[in-house]
Amino acid sequence: MHAVPSTYAGVADVVAVLVLLTEFAMLRAPLLRSQVKLYAFQSLVVSGLAVYVAASRHINELYALALLSFVLKVVLVPGLVLRLLREADVDLAGSSVLGVASMILIALGVSAFGFFTVGSLQVHSIALPTTALAIAAAVVLVAFVLIILRADVVSQAIGFFSLENGVSVASLVVAAGLPLVVEVAFLFDLLVAVVVFGVIMRVHHGRTKSLSTEELDRLKG
Amino acid sequence: MSSILVVLIVMPFVVGVATIFLPVGISKILTVMSGATTFALALTLVPAATAHTQIAVGSLLRVDALSVVFLVATAFLYGATAVFAGGYLHLADGPAGTRYGRRFYAGLNLFCWSMVAAPLVNGLALLWVAIEITTVISALLVAIDDTDGATEASWKYVLIASLGLGIALLATIIMYYAGTTVFGSAYDFSYAKLLAGAGRFPPDVVRLAFVLAVLGFGTKMGLVPVHTWLPDAHSEAPTPVSALLSGSLLAISFYAILRYFQIAVRTLGPTFARNVLLIFGLASLLLAALYLLSQRDLKRLLAYSSVEHMGILAIGMSFGAPIAVVGVLLHVLAHAAAKGTAFFGAGSVVRKFATKDMTKIRGGIGALPWSGPMLVAAVLALSAMPPFGMFRSEFLIVSGGLSDPRDTVAAVLVILVTLAFFGLSWFTTQTMLTPDVISVSADGTGVVTPPKGEVSAWIVVAMALGLVALVILGVHPPAQLSQLLNHAARELGALR
Repeated sequence: MHAVPSTYAGVADVVAVLVLLTEFAMLRAPLLRSQVKLYAFQSLVVSGLAVYVAASRHINELYALALLSFVLKVVLVPGLVLRLLREADVDLAGSSVLGVASMILIALGVSAFGFFTVGSLQVHSIALPTTALAIAAAVVLVAFVLIILRADVVSQAIGFFSLENGVSVASLVVAAGLPLVVEVAFLFDLLVAVVVFGVIMRVHHGRTKSLSTEELDRLKG
Repeated sequence: MSSILVVLIVMPFVVGVATIFLPVGISKILTVMSGATTFALALTLVPAATAHTQIAVGSLLRVDALSVVFLVATAFLYGATAVFAGGYLHLADGPAGTRYGRRFYAGLNLFCWSMVAAPLVNGLALLWVAIEITTVISALLVAIDDTDGATEASWKYVLIASLGLGIALLATIIMYYAGTTVFGSAYDFSYAKLLAGAGRFPPDVVRLAFVLAVLGFGTKMGLVPVHTWLPDAHSEAPTPVSALLSGSLLAISFYAILRYFQIAVRTLGPTFARNVLLIFGLASLLLAALYLLSQRDLKRLLAYSSVEHMGILAIGMSFGAPIAVVGVLLHVLAHAAAKGTAFFGAGSVVRKFATKDMTKIRGGIGALPWSGPMLVAAVLALSAMPPFGMFRSEFLIVSGGLSDPRDTVAAVLVILVTLAFFGLSWFTTQTMLTPDVISVSADGTGVVTPPKGEVSAWIVVAMALGLVALVILGVHPPAQLSQLLNHAARELGALR
């Protein structure tokens, strides 16, 4: 039996797909700056989803959350990373281990894996769209591909932040009822993590005069 | 009783913020006092946690027997490390030294605050928040020495641990999703509620959440194959931080896994969760035992010993016999004391010999008349020799394993632990129990044992505290502690 998806589930799915496509775009972006801008766009889409969920399900706290996530993830975080890039005076992303085509192929593979694994959970829930959850899982896996295959600290940090966007989509569609205090705590945590990533990236740049991770191979065994 | 929880969650934070502004000398004393008070308060919760099922403040803070076990382990190491740090830090004169000291003490206290908070908070979401805070603070502490090694280690640590926690966040969301099928789309995400409804959660969803939680929090716990940040961070961090990372942080991550375990056994029955832990545990123990045989760096040696013990904890949970679960919880306490003491000793050796390379350390016991022998004792404790606490805990785990139908696992456990013992004791014997080297060999290489004398009395005191705790746990654990462990094992679904 295939019920016609509700408008709510439809919008959630479309947004989730947009987030996934942005993730793929990041994977192929040659410039670090464009990667950061793509992240800002992705965050904007996620904030939009928060507004939509708030309006359609009448959860007023989510408006506050959407505003907070807009300020943090669309304005502050990209701003901070772009400033770091300007100071570091580096434009091109570090050489990735594989070519773009192979990276995209791998990402297609893992996102299909994530989509079908989570999608195969036989959960029948009237209110909550499982498809969007499956796409969010695919976003998380593609973020992993980005982090593993790109060899510079900015791509890796952006990969982590966009992974968090994927989890945000999941949390908006299946856990919108989470208490606000918890959601705010999540965002606050992200902010602290961004600051720490920024500090360590800066220290790294200060020591090696580059943003590449190729020199980070001394500790082993 | 509940006011104790408030003090526990406020005091270390306030002390941490205060140390940013206070002179380093005062911060030193204040940190020791804060650590000692935290430990004393944690102990006062022991009888209450065995008498009642839980103590709560509002809907945010709550402890039961299981959380008190981890709280006591963390608080003990907070106090002991505060004492050790007093002797370990040699600050440069002038503003640079002051700045380092202030950053160090603020970081140390806030790191301990976040680890004390994790067992106190109520619900899987807040637990995740607390553990994420431990990551960001400890990443800065790993980087604090500002060497090439420290920068590399902290980048690997913050990236890998954050990714692990990203997966753990997904696990949290999916567990919430599992709850919505029973409680509706908005509900209070507390332990009591989850445990009450767990029997009716959809099994596939809980299975996914549990595996993601083990993978995600397992990254911070140091389970193979997601342990790769651990040896780097442990060896490059300042030694007080290494002790806390190893003794407390890994345990707190294990605590998070146990909270998911509690729910998973209620939904799925015991087999699935135990098998998942068994696979990760065996992989960790095997790899750590092999790496222990080929280490040259003293602090990496202890780091791999942590991976070994985390493997033992996971395997112990997979046995499921009540006696093994009690052993696992005792092992958490004993590991905190033993690994803390061992790192304190390593810190003393590294300060004395000015190297972590074990081929350049000879005659340790002669050079360090107190901390040398105590380091040897701590390594013996880590290898589960009597009369120390780990002998008792591993004995309980193995006897629980032998009563399991899959008793071959217990045999494998004993073999791998023996292998690890060989690695640990080989290197310790070589560095500590060899005669002093007085003169350099003819070709100018070789090592010279530095003159006899302790680095600092504070270090000796901190190590003595750890050894006393280990002997108490091994020879005769207080009755109330045993009750606490039994109680916690019952909460974990054993002893029913």
